[in-house]
Amino acid sequence: MLNFHKEHKNLVLTAGVVFIALSIMIAILPAFQMQETEPIPDQKPLTANERKGLEIYVSENCMACHTQQVRNIEMDNMWGSRPSIPSDYFYSKKRLDVWRQSPSLLGSERTGPDLTNIGNRQPSEDWHLLHLYNPRAVVSESVMPSYPWLFREVDSTLVGKDQKTIAVPKEIFNQPGTKIVATEDAMFLVDYLKSLKQTELPGGNVNDFIPALKKIQTGGMGGDKATGGLDGENLFKQTCAACHQDNGKGITGAFPPLAGSDIVNDKDPEMLITIVLQGYDALPNYGVMPPFGDQLTDAEIAAITTHERSSWGNDAPAVKEEDVKKIREMVKNELNQ
Amino acid sequence: MRKMNWLIVLVLGILPQLAISQNKGSISTENWMSSPGIIGTFVLIAIVMVVAAVILLVKLNSYIDTLKQKQHDKNKMAFDDEIIAMEEGEIDSILEKRKAALTYKLSGDELGGENEAVDEKGLVHHIDNKPNNAFFDEKKKTTLSIETPEALKKVVIYYVAAAAFWLVLGTTIGQYLGMKFVWPEMDHQSWLSFGRLRPVHTNMVFWGWSSLAMIGLGYFVIARTSNTIIHSYKLAWTGWLLINATIILGSLFLMAGINNGGGEYREYIWPIMLLFAIALIITFINFYKTVAKRKISEIYISNWFILAALIWTIVLSIIGYLPFYQDGLGETVIQGYYMHQGVGMWFMTFTLGLVYYYLPSSLNKPIYSYSLGVLAFWTQMLFYTMIGTHHFVFSPLPWWLQTVAIVFSVGMVIPVVAGTTNFLMTMRGSWNHITKSYVLPFFLVGTIFYFVGSMQGSLQAFRFTNFVWHFTDFNVAHSHMTMYGIIAFFLWASIYAIIPKLTGKEPPQVLVGAHFWMAFLGLFAYMVSLMAGGTYKGLSWIEGNAFIESVILMRPYWVWRAIGGSLMLLSHLVFVYNLYYMVKNYRKVEVEVKSKKVEDITV
Repeated sequence: MLNFHKEHKNLVLTAGVVFIALSIMIAILPAFQMQETEPIPDQKPLTANERKGLEIYVSENCMACHTQQVRNIEMDNMWGSRPSIPSDYFYSKKRLDVWRQSPSLLGSERTGPDLTNIGNRQPSEDWHLLHLYNPRAVVSESVMPSYPWLFREVDSTLVGKDQKTIAVPKEIFNQPGTKIVATEDAMFLVDYLKSLKQTELPGGNVNDFIPALKKIQTGGMGGDKATGGLDGENLFKQTCAACHQDNGKGITGAFPPLAGSDIVNDKDPEMLITIVLQGYDALPNYGVMPPFGDQLTDAEIAAITTHERSSWGNDAPAVKEEDVKKIREMVKNELNQ
Repeated sequence: MRKMNWLIVLVLGILPQLAISQNKGSISTENWMSSPGIIGTFVLIAIVMVVAAVILLVKLNSYIDTLKQKQHDKNKMAFDDEIIAMEEGEIDSILEKRKAALTYKLSGDELGGENEAVDEKGLVHHIDNKPNNAFFDEKKKTTLSIETPEALKKVVIYYVAAAAFWLVLGTTIGQYLGMKFVWPEMDHQSWLSFGRLRPVHTNMVFWGWSSLAMIGLGYFVIARTSNTIIHSYKLAWTGWLLINATIILGSLFLMAGINNGGGEYREYIWPIMLLFAIALIITFINFYKTVAKRKISEIYISNWFILAALIWTIVLSIIGYLPFYQDGLGETVIQGYYMHQGVGMWFMTFTLGLVYYYLPSSLNKPIYSYSLGVLAFWTQMLFYTMIGTHHFVFSPLPWWLQTVAIVFSVGMVIPVVAGTTNFLMTMRGSWNHITKSYVLPFFLVGTIFYFVGSMQGSLQAFRFTNFVWHFTDFNVAHSHMTMYGIIAFFLWASIYAIIPKLTGKEPPQVLVGAHFWMAFLGLFAYMVSLMAGGTYKGLSWIEGNAFIESVILMRPYWVWRAIGGSLMLLSHLVFVYNLYYMVKNYRKVEVEVKSKKVEDITV
């Protein structure tokens, strides 16, 4: 019979064949199975620009620090409204070209936030560009690298109409007569990032996260009805602070301050709530604010605005969930008319 | 038996923890087989079995003790009877003799006589007036120089030297990356940015340092344990060139922003990785043919591990790069399989093969158990292959794949305990060598990390621990604990064990000590800080805090990581100096021999 101690041929052959058999069973067959997916009905394919953006994402190896997978455990609820499913990756995880394989977008390290839903969470193009130029301009504690090679310094007089200039705070870039202009690559990358949105499943997202710890089961992101049950400060940090900053002071030249703002401190919160729901583009010297109506519930908006109206020296009455509900309906009617 | 006890205690200490960590994550609904409760039960049953075995052993032991006691009592009675039967004069003479014996004293010159000590033949090389030096224990010198073909010596030395070069460069890059966490604005060059440079570091220390060192050391083992010469030195050199070319090209491409798609450890695009695969195939052919013409009938266990590591890794790199099943999440399945097998089937398997030769040979005794080695070999293949998906627990990959991965991660206990026991039992009885040798501490640390690092990896695969640790810096700590604590330490042990024997020149002992302690303390600081920080980070995520909080809380831990990293880097510089010291002398010898004409010697 097989005497592995003396027959090198049998030893190597057995080790090789068993390993190949196990590998086929545990890796190759499941892999074949996993690539047999179809897209979700509402899922949009990547546009040509978004695909170019994905290639930059891969070439800068953003996967080293950013995951793109919402795990089916409650703590990942903050990165998406439902756990990721194989179809989510239908368009993005395709072989790039002859030389490069399908990108490893799922990632294994979350040094930075998960990006599955970044297009919904942070829809502002201005924010993304400034953040890529220098992350610490918008998030002072960030450890992400700057990507200045995706931008060019151009003489103010030579900036073309179709070129996108970045409003960089003076502490970071201060050369009068020179503007920072986004390159095509930067625009592609931002296009790709903005396209990262979780597709709603037909019939709505069934929240099938595995509840992990009691605390989360009771204090989830949208479960509570009462305003008092939601942490306005925390919600503000997750949703708004990227632009308006934790201290409510915004970033001069990019994002307006909330501390001392007339709109925020107005006794009647209607304008404030409308802006959160619909977005805002009335201030020429600041970036565009995207709408948050689809992303936040009435209770969450109430909690956030209440936090804004009672922090950083602001002093205005609290906002109730009903107020938000009323204004949301009003806005809807206006749009329908 | 007594020495085995602590091992049992260790296992008993770990298993209940497994059970607890499972219970906390009680979450599954449908697949009962995969539910942690069931897995936990298996573990509990195993505990019962171990406890039963311990009890049985203790009982047996006490029964044997009573048998011995009976015999003892019998002898005592017989002695008493004998004394009572004696006469008085007899007893007196016995007591007189005893008294004289007790008062006897040595004069002090029994062995030397009164002559003065002279070293007429010049045999004494080193006179130490302070035999109890408190700071540096005098290490034993390697006296024997192994008779090895010059060509083989050259191959081993060139492989190890190239490996050392990549080690220093690779860890310098690693250290630079670590510092970027503390000072993110250190540079603004695209080719030095974190995303591009990280795979340069990992691939360089993987394929450059570890792989080259392993293959180089492997060439010696293969030739030595087969009692023959290497099949082809030319193939050895081709392999050397190909691997170095892989790393140079791969690193340049990565820094230029051309990578294979970011999957860890397969960032090199396929035309570059192909060079490495060819080098592996060449090395395999060379090793296989050498083993085939061995001059002893048995294949030594080291060669099992080394040949298998090569064949498995060749298969692995082909599966990892073939495109047919890698769209969508197919790629993710392969990624989990590839990155875990890369570590388990290549680095771990090959290095274990090296330890099975270099450890016993540096202790000058056989390995404790050959059969345990064989058991470790087959279980390594069966269990390690199955566990890749544990990198994607809770991901959209099939639940059954995840469960298989977790279950077999626990199964890894068998090869790991078998290997650890084997190494420790081989060292047993030679513990005093640790203070007397500079090689053994490296082996001991490697063995301990083999046990701790692997078991910790198994624990990390559990679903509860995944809640806390997955995606955090804990992973980075784990990979350094294993790739550095196990692989690098074993490799250094083997290098310090063999190079002096090849070149006949020993490194300065103080500097080997400096290398050891800086590497060890550096790794410890690196590991502990990231483990603590990673845990706090995971807990912060579970709490639902804003993400940036977890970045802020990591800051002090990242500083400590950088400090640990600089110690590690410093130790590598010392290592390179030591290597240079050992090899430099060797060259001189070679030149001297050649410069002397044959006639001069024979005349």
